[in-house]
Amino acid sequence: MALKTEPIVVNIGPQHPSTHGVFRMRVTFDGEVIVDLEPCLGYLHRGIEKLAETRTYTQNIPLTDRLDYLASMTNNLAYVLAVEKLAGVAVPERAEHLRVIMAELMRISSHLMAVGAFLNDCGAFMTPFLYMFREREKILDLFEMVCGQRLTYNYMRIGGVSHDIPDEFLPALRRFIAEMPGFIDEYDQLLASNEILLARAKGVGILPAKLAINTSASGPVLRASGVKWDIRQADPYSVYDRFDFGIPTGEVGDVYDRYWVRIQEMRQSVRILSQAVEQLPSGEVCASMPCLLRPPVGEAYGHIEGPKGELGFYLVSDNSIAPYRFHIRAPTLINLTALRDMTVGWKLADAIIIFGSIDICLAEVDR
Amino acid sequence: MTTLLCGHEVAKQITDFLPDAVAVGDGTSVIIKGERLLPVAQFLQNTPGLDFDYLVSITGVDYAGYFEVVYHLTSIKHNHGLILKTRCYSRENPALPSVTSVWRGADFQEREIYDLMGISFSGHPNLRRIFLWEGFPGYPLRRDYL
Amino acid sequence: MLVVIILAFFLAMVMGFIYIERRGVGRFQVRLGPNRAGPQGILQPVADTIKLLVKEDIVPAKGDKWVHWLAPVITLIPVMMIFAVVPIHDGVGLIPDLDTGILYVIAISSLAVVGIFMAGWASNNKYSLIGAMRAVAQMVSYEIPLVLSIMGVILITGSLSMNQIVQAQSVPFILLQPLGFLIYFLSASAELNRTPFDLLEAESEIVAGYHTEYSGMKFALFYLAEYGHALAMSAIAATLFLGGWLGPGLPSFLWFVIKVLFIFFIIFWIRSTLPRLRVDQLMGFAWKCLFPLALINLFITGAEVIIWEALPWWLVIVNLFIATVLLVLWSKLFRSGREKIAV
Repeated sequence: MALKTEPIVVNIGPQHPSTHGVFRMRVTFDGEVIVDLEPCLGYLHRGIEKLAETRTYTQNIPLTDRLDYLASMTNNLAYVLAVEKLAGVAVPERAEHLRVIMAELMRISSHLMAVGAFLNDCGAFMTPFLYMFREREKILDLFEMVCGQRLTYNYMRIGGVSHDIPDEFLPALRRFIAEMPGFIDEYDQLLASNEILLARAKGVGILPAKLAINTSASGPVLRASGVKWDIRQADPYSVYDRFDFGIPTGEVGDVYDRYWVRIQEMRQSVRILSQAVEQLPSGEVCASMPCLLRPPVGEAYGHIEGPKGELGFYLVSDNSIAPYRFHIRAPTLINLTALRDMTVGWKLADAIIIFGSIDICLAEVDR
Repeated sequence: MTTLLCGHEVAKQITDFLPDAVAVGDGTSVIIKGERLLPVAQFLQNTPGLDFDYLVSITGVDYAGYFEVVYHLTSIKHNHGLILKTRCYSRENPALPSVTSVWRGADFQEREIYDLMGISFSGHPNLRRIFLWEGFPGYPLRRDYL
Repeated sequence: MLVVIILAFFLAMVMGFIYIERRGVGRFQVRLGPNRAGPQGILQPVADTIKLLVKEDIVPAKGDKWVHWLAPVITLIPVMMIFAVVPIHDGVGLIPDLDTGILYVIAISSLAVVGIFMAGWASNNKYSLIGAMRAVAQMVSYEIPLVLSIMGVILITGSLSMNQIVQAQSVPFILLQPLGFLIYFLSASAELNRTPFDLLEAESEIVAGYHTEYSGMKFALFYLAEYGHALAMSAIAATLFLGGWLGPGLPSFLWFVIKVLFIFFIIFWIRSTLPRLRVDQLMGFAWKCLFPLALINLFITGAEVIIWEALPWWLVIVNLFIATVLLVLWSKLFRSGREKIAV
C-alpha cells in the first residue's frame, strides 16, 4: 500500500541559530530532501542607499562600516576608492600600504569567522568557532590600536587614512604574522583530515564554474568553482600590484572547496601582510582634502576584492556635497542567487552547511 | 588590469548586428534603447572577442526626467569591462526587458531595482519585492520619495 | 529507604556531571566555563535549576496539551529506573541481582524514545516533528548493535544479572571484548543523542529538535533525562566492560564513580571535538558498519566460548588483533554516502 505523503514547507528563519542573522529560507521538504528553496530577505533593510544620498561624502564612511560588520575595513576601502576615482584624488604611499595591511587583516578576520561559523553549522558544537575567535581577537586588538574601535572602524578617509599607526602596532603585527601560519596549520590539520567533515562537505552543494559565472558569484564562492578571478590581480587597486601572492582555486566547487579556498586565502593574506610591512614607506597618511568634497559631475564604479566577494560602490555625483546616487554591489546578496541551485536535492543538514559555506552577512545583504 | 572598452567601438559592433539598438555610444559607455536590451545582451555574451560572461552589477539611477539602468559587464576570459546603459522615460510605468535569461546573476538585482526604484522587468521569473513588503507605498530610491 | 539513597546518589552524580561537563567543555573551547556561582562555579547546576523552576511554562496554543505535559515525565522515568539494577558498592544496589538485569536495562532504556516522539508530536512545531522523526529512526536503529554488543558479555558470563557479570570480571571485559566495547560505546552515544550523533536536537539545523517548544520545569526534566541517560549508559558501560565496582585500594563505590566518570569524560570529549553526521550517513553507519561488526563479534565470541571452557589469557591479544583487523577492513569498505538525491 502506498502511503499518502505530502511535502512540508518549513520556514528556516528569520530566527534560527544558523541563518547568520535574520535570513529566511522558505524550504519545501519531501521527508528530509529539499525540493524547493526560496530565500526571503529584507528583515534588516535599513535603506542605507537612500540614507547616503542625504549625507556628505565623508559622512558616508561610517555608514559603510554598518554593511558587512565583519569586514568594516574593506567596506571603508571600497567606498573611499570609489570616491577617489570620482574626485580624482591621489593617495600618499604610506596610506596605500596601511590600507592594504588593514584590508588583509580584515580578510583574515572575516575568513576566520566564516570558517568557524561554517564548522559550527556542521555541528561541531562551538569548539572551532571559539578557536577562531582566539585569533580574531588578536586582529581586533591590532585594529583597536590604530583606530580605537573593535567593530566599526571608520578608519579610511577620502585621500588616505584617519591616523598614522602607533609605535606599538608594527611589533604586534610582526608577532601576529609570525604566529598566524602555525595557527592556520593547526586548524587545517584538525579539520581537513576529519572523516566526518569530509563526508559532510566533499561533493556537497556543487556549483559548476559556468553556473558560478552566470549567477555572478564572486569571491571564494567563485574561486572554489575553479575560476581564477581575483580583483586584486585582475584589476589591481591600491598597491596590490606590488605584492607577490597566489590565488587559490578549488576544483569542483563543493562546500569543501569553499572552506579550503578560505583557509588558503588566509595564508596568502599573511604573505601580503609580511611584504606590506617590509615595504611600508614613511610620510603622510592623508592627502590634504577640502572640508566639503564636491566631486565633478560624473559617475564612478570602485570595486575591491572583499573577503566575501566583489564589493563595489557605484557613485553618481551632481557636483553637490552629497552623492546623487549611492549604490552598493553587495557580494553576499548576489552570491545567494545560486543558493537554490546548490541546495535542491540535498538534505536539510546539507542546506545548512551549503548556506554556511557561502558566508553571508545579513547586514550587507539587506542593507 | 581590467580594460574598459571604448563605447564608440562597441556601439559600432552592436550597430552592425542590430542597426537600431544603440542610442548613444560615448567614450566610456554604450546607451541602448530599452526594447532592444535583450538581443544586445545576448550579442554581448556570445560574440567572440567580447564574451561578456560576467554581469558585475546592475544599478538604477533616477535622473528626474528619466530612469537610467546601468549594467557593469566584465569578461573573465579577456579581462575587459563595459558599461552598458539603458533608459526609460515613463515615470508611471517604467519597464525594461529582464536579462535574467542571459545572466542569472541579474535575478536579485533586478528585483531590488523593482522594489526600490519601481522599474518593472518583463520576463523576470519571480518579480516580487525583495526587501520591502508587498504593498509598501512608493519606491524609496526615487528622488521624489522623501 | 535504599530507593531514596540510590536516587539521591545518582541525582547528585547527574548534578556533578553537568558541572564537570560544562567546565570541561569550557576548557576544550579555550574559555573558562561557569565559575561564578559558588566556589569555582560549583553551584551552577543549582542556580540553573532554580532559574528553570521559576520560569514560565509555555504550552503551544495548538499543541496537544496532555501529551505535551506527559512527554518529559515519560522520558525521565525510564532513565531513573535504569539505576535500579546498577550495583554501586560491592554488590549493593536496589535490585542488582535481578536475573533479567540486562534485559530490563535494554527494555527500559528503549522507552525513552516514546517520550521524545510524544514531545515532538505534541509541540505542533515542524522542527520538533523533524527531530522526533529522526529520533525514532536513530534510536531504533542503534538499539540493535547496542544489544548485540552486550550479547558478547552475556555469552562469556552466562548470566543476565549485573552482579554476576561484575563478579565474573577477573579481567575487565573491555580486554576480552574490545570490539564489543567500541560498538557499545558508539551505539550508546547515538542513543544519548550526543555529538556526532546529536541529530535530533541538532542546533544548527532544527533549532533544538523535539524540545524546541519546552520551557521551565518541563525543559529541566528533559535536560535531567538527557544527562541521566548519559550517566546511566556510562554506568552500564562501566559495569559491563570496566569491571564495575571492582578495583584495588580505594573503596568500591569510588572505583565505580571513577569508571563512570572516565566513560562520561570520553563522551563529552568527543562532543566538543567532532562535527555532526548527516541523517543518511548516521543510518548507514548503524546498518552497514556497526550492525555487521556486532554480528561478527557475537559469532567470534560464541565460537570462543564453545571451544574453551575457561577463556585463556592470550585470547586478550587475539581479540585485540581481530578487532583491529576488522576495524581497518571496515574503514576501507565503508564509505558514507556523498550522492545527491534525485528529486
